[in-house]
Amino acid sequence: MSELPPTDWFSDAMRQRTARRYRRDRIFRGVGLAGIVLALGMLAVLLVGIASSGYQGFRQTQIYLSVELDVSAFPGITAEDVANDTVDVEKIRKGPYGKLVRESLMAMFPDVSGRSNIRELNKLVSVGAKNQLRHMLMADSSLLGQRVELWVPSGVDVDGLVKEGLQTDVPEADRRLSDQQVEWVRQLDERGLLQTVLSDDFISAGDSREPELAGIWGAVVGSALTLLVTLIVSMPLGVAAAIYLEEFAKKGRLSDWIEVNINNLAAVPSIVYGLLGLAIFLNFFEMPRSAPVVGGLTLAMMTLPTIIIAGRVALAAVPPSIRDAATGLGASKMQVTFHHTLPLAMPGILTGSIIGMARALGETAPLLMIGMVAFVVDIPQAFDDSATVLPVQVFLWADRPERAFVEKASAAILVLLAFLLIMNGVAIYLRNKFEKKW
Amino acid sequence: MSEAAFASKEEVSVSETTSENTVEQPQHSVIGEGKFSARDVHVFYGDNEAIKGVDLEVESHKVTALIGPSGCGKSTFLRCLNRMNDTIDGCRVTGDILLDGDNIYDPKVDVVQLRARVGMVFQKPNPFPKSIFENVVYGPKIHGLATRQDELEHVAEVSLKRAGLWDEVSDRLDTPGTSLSGGQQQRLCIARAIAVSPEVILMDEPCSALDPIATARIEELIDELREKFSIVIVTHSMQQAARVSQKTAFFHLGELVEKGETEQIFTNPREDRTRDYITGRFG
Repeated sequence: MSELPPTDWFSDAMRQRTARRYRRDRIFRGVGLAGIVLALGMLAVLLVGIASSGYQGFRQTQIYLSVELDVSAFPGITAEDVANDTVDVEKIRKGPYGKLVRESLMAMFPDVSGRSNIRELNKLVSVGAKNQLRHMLMADSSLLGQRVELWVPSGVDVDGLVKEGLQTDVPEADRRLSDQQVEWVRQLDERGLLQTVLSDDFISAGDSREPELAGIWGAVVGSALTLLVTLIVSMPLGVAAAIYLEEFAKKGRLSDWIEVNINNLAAVPSIVYGLLGLAIFLNFFEMPRSAPVVGGLTLAMMTLPTIIIAGRVALAAVPPSIRDAATGLGASKMQVTFHHTLPLAMPGILTGSIIGMARALGETAPLLMIGMVAFVVDIPQAFDDSATVLPVQVFLWADRPERAFVEKASAAILVLLAFLLIMNGVAIYLRNKFEKKW
Repeated sequence: MSEAAFASKEEVSVSETTSENTVEQPQHSVIGEGKFSARDVHVFYGDNEAIKGVDLEVESHKVTALIGPSGCGKSTFLRCLNRMNDTIDGCRVTGDILLDGDNIYDPKVDVVQLRARVGMVFQKPNPFPKSIFENVVYGPKIHGLATRQDELEHVAEVSLKRAGLWDEVSDRLDTPGTSLSGGQQQRLCIARAIAVSPEVILMDEPCSALDPIATARIEELIDELREKFSIVIVTHSMQQAARVSQKTAFFHLGELVEKGETEQIFTNPREDRTRDYITGRFG
């Protein structure tokens, strides 16, 4: 056997090899960095795009109205009633608010005459204007007989015109506002009777057929209620299942089979869970349609495998030495699990759960199957009220023909993202809190 | 309350627990001074026979060292003594292991109580990721040996003192046990094991992850602990076995090759395999 030749570490071949190794290192690092920059760039484009168009969704154009609330215009109400504060609320409700708004507008443009012109003029303000007036009066009947001044939402077309800077280069026949109406809007603007402000109406209102009145709050509450049900059902069930499978169940053919099936369930398309929810909760248990409780249960079924898998991984990652230590002291299986293993696995379980919940928050398809796609104006108050959720609301608005709903949909996406951020923030806070304890 | 008051209370509670134990465990015909008595113990991992018929007596208030090359089954045998092997899937134990004359593999035996009576210290220091105090009082808490805060504090102090750790940690009992050095962690684990007043302490290579100074401290400690407890120690270091043990058993390939007084094993082994091992010819 001959000796190996001595290695020349400073030969040219060796130097080249070193240089090549460095180059490969650099290329790999560069590609990785480029990938991250690209991803961040895409994210920025996405967010800026949504934010710039969604931002307008939070702004609303309003028109100043000065309304003379003449008592005589309200049938069945007398000046004495107002003076004695004995006005029948029902009669206030039935007041001629449409007429009052119209007359107020006509007072601003005294030279407008003719039925069709007046109808055109009336279209400048939203149909919500008369409701706003009604609510104002029902809240304070002493306003009767006085002149009130208020900002009411403009019609959606006026809103669009104002947000585009009162400029329009589309021929009259192709746009929804006539030249006359555009002229009125310009006059209103010149007289300072027009403003575009950040308004909380979008946040606090429910859905509406009119884009300028449509709000997100109904969907926010619907999402919150739905996710609450999902969390309450899937988290304890999922964690319990993970604990049982990982800590207590005998490893064998049955547990392997269960594991394979859970992994498969995690990959099942979500709409299938929607069908399952439809079949079980609506058809068999006859639970209410479109209700957050059904949506929550359906999403819980979908989230369960994710939480179980994450929980098992987190439990398996707890060092066996901790289990040995507790077992060696005479802790029972339950005590080992609940005093040591579970608390140590909690950060991982929370991370897995939040991923599951985030997926549930963004889920649309299964909810379509159980009727949460309905047009719901009222803010849901209970788990069995009709409701919709944020992503479904985005879907519904994106589907509408009116242009103004585009910015509403973008604004709704922003709200959805904010919801997600808050949820993740809470999860990270909880995770750090659990980690700090040790 | 004064130290003395604590101390007297501790005496009372300790004597109570011991008297209870003797009531529950009537004296059987114990062979010799045997604490543990293993008869024809076989251990199988699936089809693989890891221990092939071991007979061994563990005597009270003595240190019994189990030595042998890696994979000889000494740790497996040790883990039979407090039934830690139960937690391993596919592990099967046959034969009898008697603790004070009662078979610990009897179906009626409460494993939780057995493990409290037979404590264990592991190869790698494994304190719970909790405070030093919580580490020590965990055993007494789950077994209900001490419940009030002052009782727990007393147990913690006595156990840490006995483990020789009190002076180093008495002013920082709230800090995490994992923040201690390796040797301190191992002594914390010993304090944790003795806090439940076990009768036997099993030690599975307790010094293999420690430096020589920490090892020396643990060895001193083992010698002190012998007064109150019976100790079975698995070790790779023959010097350690020679230093700390009175009895030695040599395992090879799942068999108990030779057992006897430590001095005799190391100076005058009867079996060739033992001689080869202790003189470093294999293993």
